[in-house]
Amino acid sequence: MTLADLKRGDRARIDAVNPVEPSVRRLMVLGLVEGAELECLGGSLGGDPMELRIHGSALSLRRADARRFSVTSTADAED
Amino acid sequence: MAEPASIGIPLESITVSRSVSIAVVGNPNSGKSTLFNRVTGLNQRTANYPGVTVEKRTGKLTVGSTVFDLIDLPGIYSLSPESTDERIVVDVLLGRVAGTPRPDAILAVVDSTRLYQGLFLLQQLAELGRPMVVALTMADAAAEQQIAIDCDALGEKLGGVPVCQVVATTGKGFSALRSCIAEAVDRSAAESPRFWPALRREAVALEQDVRGSDLSLVDIERTIIDDDPVGVEAIRRALGPDGDRRIAAHRNSLCGDDPPLAVESRVRYRWISEALPRLQSRAPAPVRWKRRIVDWINRPYPATVLFLVLMATVFQAVFAWATPMMDLIDAVAGGLGEWVSGTLPAGAVASFLADGVIAGVGSVVIFLPQILILFLFIILMEDTGYLARTAFLMDRAMRAVGLSGQSVVPLISGFACAVPSIMATRVIPNRRDRIATIMATPFMTCSARLPIYALLIAAFVPNLTVGFANLQGLVLFGLYLLGILGGIATALLLRKSALRGPKPSFVLALPEFRMPNVRTVLMKLADRAWIFLRRAGTVIFAVAVVVWALAYFPRADDIESQRLAAQVEVQTVLEGEALAAEIARIDNEAAAAQLAQSWLGRMGQGVEPLFRPLGWDWRVSAAVIAGFPAREVVVAVLGTIYAVGSEADESSLAERLTSATWPDGRTVFTLPMVFGLLIFYAWCLQCAATLAVIKRETNTWRWPLFAWGYMTALGYVGALLIFQIGSV
Repeated sequence: MTLADLKRGDRARIDAVNPVEPSVRRLMVLGLVEGAELECLGGSLGGDPMELRIHGSALSLRRADARRFSVTSTADAED
Repeated sequence: MAEPASIGIPLESITVSRSVSIAVVGNPNSGKSTLFNRVTGLNQRTANYPGVTVEKRTGKLTVGSTVFDLIDLPGIYSLSPESTDERIVVDVLLGRVAGTPRPDAILAVVDSTRLYQGLFLLQQLAELGRPMVVALTMADAAAEQQIAIDCDALGEKLGGVPVCQVVATTGKGFSALRSCIAEAVDRSAAESPRFWPALRREAVALEQDVRGSDLSLVDIERTIIDDDPVGVEAIRRALGPDGDRRIAAHRNSLCGDDPPLAVESRVRYRWISEALPRLQSRAPAPVRWKRRIVDWINRPYPATVLFLVLMATVFQAVFAWATPMMDLIDAVAGGLGEWVSGTLPAGAVASFLADGVIAGVGSVVIFLPQILILFLFIILMEDTGYLARTAFLMDRAMRAVGLSGQSVVPLISGFACAVPSIMATRVIPNRRDRIATIMATPFMTCSARLPIYALLIAAFVPNLTVGFANLQGLVLFGLYLLGILGGIATALLLRKSALRGPKPSFVLALPEFRMPNVRTVLMKLADRAWIFLRRAGTVIFAVAVVVWALAYFPRADDIESQRLAAQVEVQTVLEGEALAAEIARIDNEAAAAQLAQSWLGRMGQGVEPLFRPLGWDWRVSAAVIAGFPAREVVVAVLGTIYAVGSEADESSLAERLTSATWPDGRTVFTLPMVFGLLIFYAWCLQCAATLAVIKRETNTWRWPLFAWGYMTALGYVGALLIFQIGSV
């Protein structure tokens, strides 16, 4: 499963990042690295770009970039 | 024994005050500029860095006898630069920018509610080993979200630096911040902390090889991670062709095959996720009604509706709310001009003051209400965090034309005026995207095009109802569409040719909604208004004066004497209102005759062959030429040429246009010619202020010249095709 598969309200943890594109590396600088836990806040019109919340701050990214992040759902693990 | 008079100041009377430079560095949207404004007050200066368009803002803070020179740097998340703005931050911090000394200390600004991301930059800044003060902004928002930060523990982790929590918009915590700044500078730099020891080890090893290259360890670290151009060049000089191989070898032993920035992110965030629980505690914040409303509004459909309503309001405001103020300015300028022409003896001086200076200044100032209203909206959108939201919302649509969501607001603002809109493109980080947006913006139908549209449509488009709509309204709407079409096509073409490059990425931190601060908003508004009045004002004003001179000189004495003779003659046969009307007619005829033989009139006649394929006679050609520097003068020039006076109301001018003929009696303003003229106005770049601002924002004459040539050609070809096809 990747970040792009998340729906509004889903929580997940990042397992692996494929940092091929510069935009993916910029997302890593913003804290989307292995082990980070996040929540999907939904998408823009048509679902792309999508919005995430990580440690209380919101980020937006395109679905194409989101596919570079493999995640595990942690729906029940968090508060 | 007279000694030469001394013009110097005796040495002992000079108080030696110490000057310390401080770089203000922080994350975007952290309130860094608000903090900078509040710390320095009105004691600011704006300039440009040499060779780039990045704005350099400096200000002074005096504590005791020490003057601190603060320099506000663009917002960044890391020291790995992606844009010119970010490059400047790194170069200033490392003391590489001519005219900007290496800062003695760093004031790091991080949003309290985004400490997770802020710690990345704080680690990098702490590793620079310079005296540092950390300001955690938005303490109020953090308190509301029940985030408590242990400032002492954070300062300890960063190598013993003072950390202050402040609220930049209200000034809370600023006296503590000022004394922290004053003390921190005297602190001898302790051993700076290392968050990524392996990087320093590789840098030390590489430094052994390039000894004597005057590169610092930090320069070498940036070179290993980012291929920093200054570092790479110095290492090549020291090691010859072997240099690149050595850099690659050290990078490889540090990062393996992974990109260094990815490895750096992993290392630094590993530290952050371990340290953060000890630095901040976060009680589960109760979900408040405000949070619920914001979350609901942020959903795609409510957000789209809100966006459209907001844009409609902006339009309404720019056109309707500004009108009373614009009418007032117009009336004042008109009254002043009349007073001058009435008071001074008729002649070149009176005409210069009334028609040149007052009308010229008036033509600039009249746009100020619209610009203020537009900027008020943009600043409010920016300060509430809504601007980033619109970019998020419109990104998909803009991607279709090769731009990103960040181009939306500048393009929409173009409907009011291209000058502030082009200044608003600064939010776009990528240079290619930014230039494509700048090139598309002048196509948007700005308010200065409206008078000529209104005149031609009222005169030549029948006032019919077509279905639900009015035909005149439809034509006006069509002209707006034509502008949008031209802009979108231009952006697409440029992105496929000269500005070809990777698709604009869209990585954006979305700020939380917050209430804007009145003082900050007003300060920004005054700043924008001043920039407009100073930069655009000088250009449009100069242009208005030149156009006046071209239309005024040379004066033909025989026309003047004929005018006087004719007036004397009618005074003997007419009286009362009939006399006044006849005298006005004679004056207007004389003005038209003077204009016909003025430089402008001659230019019109000179270029007429060029414009004849478009169906324009010399009068239209002269008006169009006069409008090249500032299109808003066209209606006034047409009024003068067609001898109804420059202040004539539209209906009498429209009548004149309808009945204008070629010498052989054919009508000049045929429908194909009028539509051609409208298309010409929709696409042609007739605005010197726009050209000046494009030059300023792109830092080269190439783009304004290209924009001018391209848009003029497009307008010409459009008008030519319509006229030729329509006249068959």
